[in-house]
Amino acid sequence: MIPLSWYMALAVILFCIGVCGFLTRRNVIVMFLSIELMLNGVNLNLVALSHFLDSVRGQAFTLFIITVAAAEAAIGLGIAIALYRSRRSVHVDTINHLQG
Amino acid sequence: MIQTAVATWTVLGHILPELLLIGIGVLLIGCDLFIPRQRQVLPWLMVIGCITALIMVLGARPVTAFGGMFLVDGYAMVFKTICLGAVILTALSSEPFWQVFGARQGEYYSLLLFSLVGMLLMASAGDLMVLYLGLELMALPVYALVGMHKRDQRTSEAAVKYFLMGAFASALLLFGMSFLYGLTGTTEIGRIAELIVSMQLDANPALLAALGLLLAGLCFKVAVAPFHFWTPDVYEGAPTLVTAFMSVGPKAAGFAIFGRVLLYGLPQLQNHWGPILAVLALLTMAVGNITALCQHSLKRMLAYSSIAHAGYALLGLLAGTDEGMAATVAYLVIYLFMNFGAFAVLMLLAAPGQSREALDACKGLASRHPAIAALMLVFLFSLTGIPPTGGFIGKFYLLRAAFIAGYPLTVVGAVLFSAISAFFYLRVVRLMYMSDADDPVTLTCSPAMGAVLCVCLAGTLGLGLFPGFLLNWIVAALAGN
Repeated sequence: MIPLSWYMALAVILFCIGVCGFLTRRNVIVMFLSIELMLNGVNLNLVALSHFLDSVRGQAFTLFIITVAAAEAAIGLGIAIALYRSRRSVHVDTINHLQG
Repeated sequence: MIQTAVATWTVLGHILPELLLIGIGVLLIGCDLFIPRQRQVLPWLMVIGCITALIMVLGARPVTAFGGMFLVDGYAMVFKTICLGAVILTALSSEPFWQVFGARQGEYYSLLLFSLVGMLLMASAGDLMVLYLGLELMALPVYALVGMHKRDQRTSEAAVKYFLMGAFASALLLFGMSFLYGLTGTTEIGRIAELIVSMQLDANPALLAALGLLLAGLCFKVAVAPFHFWTPDVYEGAPTLVTAFMSVGPKAAGFAIFGRVLLYGLPQLQNHWGPILAVLALLTMAVGNITALCQHSLKRMLAYSSIAHAGYALLGLLAGTDEGMAATVAYLVIYLFMNFGAFAVLMLLAAPGQSREALDACKGLASRHPAIAALMLVFLFSLTGIPPTGGFIGKFYLLRAAFIAGYPLTVVGAVLFSAISAFFYLRVVRLMYMSDADDPVTLTCSPAMGAVLCVCLAGTLGLGLFPGFLLNWIVAALAGN
């Protein structure tokens, strides 16, 4: 059987890839995908822990996170489309009208 | 079987205010769809619903519902009162702006209500799952509200920035929660505190990592430096009404979960998070107050000022005591009135069709509209913390709490930055009273807006003159759970 530490290491790696992607990429959609990657790292962590701790709370939590992530995706893509319509771009470097 | 059914129905009684507000939210969309000619009743329906919910919240008996997931206690009650107050003020001040929202009025009010339900859940959360769900239910409608004017380039920019930062912060918070769950095997906040003691986890590196992630996520949500950089852009780009709402409601709810996680879930780690928060509070006050000095837009200046005020409110939290928390809550109540008041005056200045958000818009306001200028004067004095107003009392309690808890240097810093803040607040006063207007404008103040301004004035001055009532109420509520 695969030990818990492997699952957790994978979860941490996924989360860190997500953080790096969020901080380095400049496209709104890719940044959003990076956030999804981070959330999946969390989900993996919770499910693995739930299995090894023999408690269902982690799995219940994961289901809620997946549901909320779907709602978040709907709103995020809606906002990205609104941005694209007004700017013809979803690149972060062009989003610079607000500063001072 | 029958007994189970009875138990299920009685438990719903504890979430009656939330259910009522969800019902009204759905009803508002329905009204908007089917009787579009009667749109002007929507804000009044919402205000009546919120006041009913407020009465229910104030009258609720302390209880632990849904197996510890939902707490109806004094702590939840005070925060729910602040959030309901913020939404009532927002709904009242939205009423004159119906033409701005046009056909999207029903959506606007129902999004506001759903966000309110999220805030109430956050205040009542006894479990990390409920806390997260409340947080998202609060945040998702606000993302949509910020991007409400789809034609305006600035609002979609603000919405995308807020959305990305908010989602990133939620992910950090969740990762911290998953560590807490892994260490203790439970997601119940009260149980986590017990298990940390019984399993002697307080020096566990994984727990400290979880604390770090939780702090980062929470600091994002209440806009504490160094996680504040989204705030000025989002506050400036969002419609002024939404900015006013965001700067009081979601911020108070953010402090509710901040306090719940740190004081109820991780009290054993106080020697770790106390000093961290002390440094962050100082940094926040420095960034907020110093950057506000060089702003030319009144709206952006108020955005930086709201960052600085998050720093002040942290002072009570970092003390880690009930008195400290009471000081933070008292400050949030006073902040609700004074900050919303200042934003209400800004709403009058930046009425639709004219973008008068610059500081120069205040020039000569006193000669044309002495009443509005006097109101702004009171709110700005209160934000600075000058004695007869509520802002002074609130800051005094906060500084006392932090001083008793043993952070004298932070207190000195807070006083210094407070003095710096006088410069930019009083600059507005100088422009209002001692400059001549460039272009004379007439402001129209509708009855609902007048009511908002009166309530804010009464709150700011009343709590400054008779502060004992507020503090006694909060201390009794926090102690009586």
